Amino acid sequence: MNFGKQLKEGLITNNPVTVQLLGMCSTMAITTKMSNGIGMGVSVIIILTLANIFIALLRKVIPDEVRIACFIVVIAGFVTMVDLSLQAFFPAIAKSLGVFIPLIVVNCIILGRAEAFASKNSVGASAVDGITQGLGYTAVLIILCAFREIFGMGTFFDAKVMPAGYVPAGILTLPVGGFLCLGALIAAMQWALNKSKAKAESKGKEAAE
Amino acid sequence: MTGDYKALKLIASSNPHIRNNEDTRSIMLDVLIALVPALGWSVYRFGFRALVAALVSVGSAMCWEWAYRKALKKPQMLGDLSAAVTGLLLAMVCPVTLPYWMLIIGNFFAIVVVKQLYGGLGKNFMNPALAGRAALVACYASQMTNWIAPGEKAPLSLSGVDVVTAATPMAMIGEDFAGLSAQYSVGDLFIGWVGGSAGEISAMMLLIGGLYLIFRKVISWHIPVAYIGTVAVLALLTAPAGASAVTYMLYSIFGGGLMLGAFFMATDYVTSPVTKKGQIIFGIGCGLLTVFIRKFGSFPEGVCYSILLMNCTVWIIDKHVKPVRFGVDPAAEKAKKEAAK
Repeated sequence: MNFGKQLKEGLITNNPVTVQLLGMCSTMAITTKMSNGIGMGVSVIIILTLANIFIALLRKVIPDEVRIACFIVVIAGFVTMVDLSLQAFFPAIAKSLGVFIPLIVVNCIILGRAEAFASKNSVGASAVDGITQGLGYTAVLIILCAFREIFGMGTFFDAKVMPAGYVPAGILTLPVGGFLCLGALIAAMQWALNKSKAKAESKGKEAAE
Repeated sequence: MTGDYKALKLIASSNPHIRNNEDTRSIMLDVLIALVPALGWSVYRFGFRALVAALVSVGSAMCWEWAYRKALKKPQMLGDLSAAVTGLLLAMVCPVTLPYWMLIIGNFFAIVVVKQLYGGLGKNFMNPALAGRAALVACYASQMTNWIAPGEKAPLSLSGVDVVTAATPMAMIGEDFAGLSAQYSVGDLFIGWVGGSAGEISAMMLLIGGLYLIFRKVISWHIPVAYIGTVAVLALLTAPAGASAVTYMLYSIFGGGLMLGAFFMATDYVTSPVTKKGQIIFGIGCGLLTVFIRKFGSFPEGVCYSILLMNCTVWIIDKHVKPVRFGVDPAAEKAKKEAAK
């Protein structure tokens, strides 16, 4: 188990949104406000970690042929727990996230990590994977939310931050704006990754010589 | 044999070998010249803000193009003037009261997102200026529909332009045609004594520019004639009760952005079909969509969206309307195919 390495993978080199391109739908739909992004991010971290732990525990019991159905049952259990807790303790966030909390059941990140990681690795490693991948997802949500809320509505955590004369760019709060921002973020990320990869390669070559 | 064969400029192409001095730059220069009458009218009608807005728009379009190509270490193409044309067209389809910084953002969308991200001139699938306008409408809807009233001039101030506004003929034509014809005559619309976007108001000036382009063979007549013709025919058929069909038709074709769209936007080489037959289909499609959006849509004017939508269909049109190869007899080919079956 290597927490640092897995954290780097979750946040940057194997980020669930910008590299694996999972969970696009919720990313685009809810990243209009910071409060939504944090609420969604924290919910996904909790559900992903718990689901990963339990799927790793059950990985030897679950028959291969029906594994997807079993994963969904485990995930749906935790999603319901989080959904009900949100409704009980944070009704405002639950209301603004709406259907996207129940939809975490079919969020590709959670099913993807269950299939690709938790069903093949130990409980400890799977728990760390859940936390790090969840953090990677949350980081992307926060970047997009901050950009779209500040420039699309002129606010940050619902508090006015832009000068009075600023005219909010309404396009950013529309789905179109979500696509544009996410596309730009993915492009920037890939550019940075390729650059560091090229650098590492040239360094490796020098060392070989 | 020289080893430096790459430096040799051998041009291998099939006949016919016609040479002329036409290049992107000369074509774009012609388009700019053709836009001068409409721009001049706009300055006369709305005041110097129209000219300043056009200059800001052209300047920012060229800056964005330069900056993007500089950042990506691509060869600079500013000399072909295509960015200048995009900038000028964007300024002409926006209200003259639009703050300058919004024009700069619109140009960013037009040049960087729509044109350069797809590979630059010749590879964009949508008209950059119109896509820039559509983005601005989505961003700043109220500023993009702030139409200055006829007879008013726009002050040069940087932002917060406070002027008397009025509904454009296009906003009135659907709901209150009798009121429209009482307020503006056909002549007013033709010459441009109405409210509207900076460069769209004068059908006459745009027609002069369009005819100049056709005369210079920069554009062919197919798209504008098919486009305006379709709108005219549909207007004749759908004239409201109690109004003369011909008058209604004239209001429909001289009002709004139809002239600018038909001559300057729909004819963009990059985003229109290659063949003459395809161009006629494209023009008719634009005309149908324009009338449908005006009649049934929630927007008063449909030229911008109809051209953007038809831009997306160009690849289908080009695929299905292929010209017959030289030397091939289509009837014989068809008979051969039938026989093979």
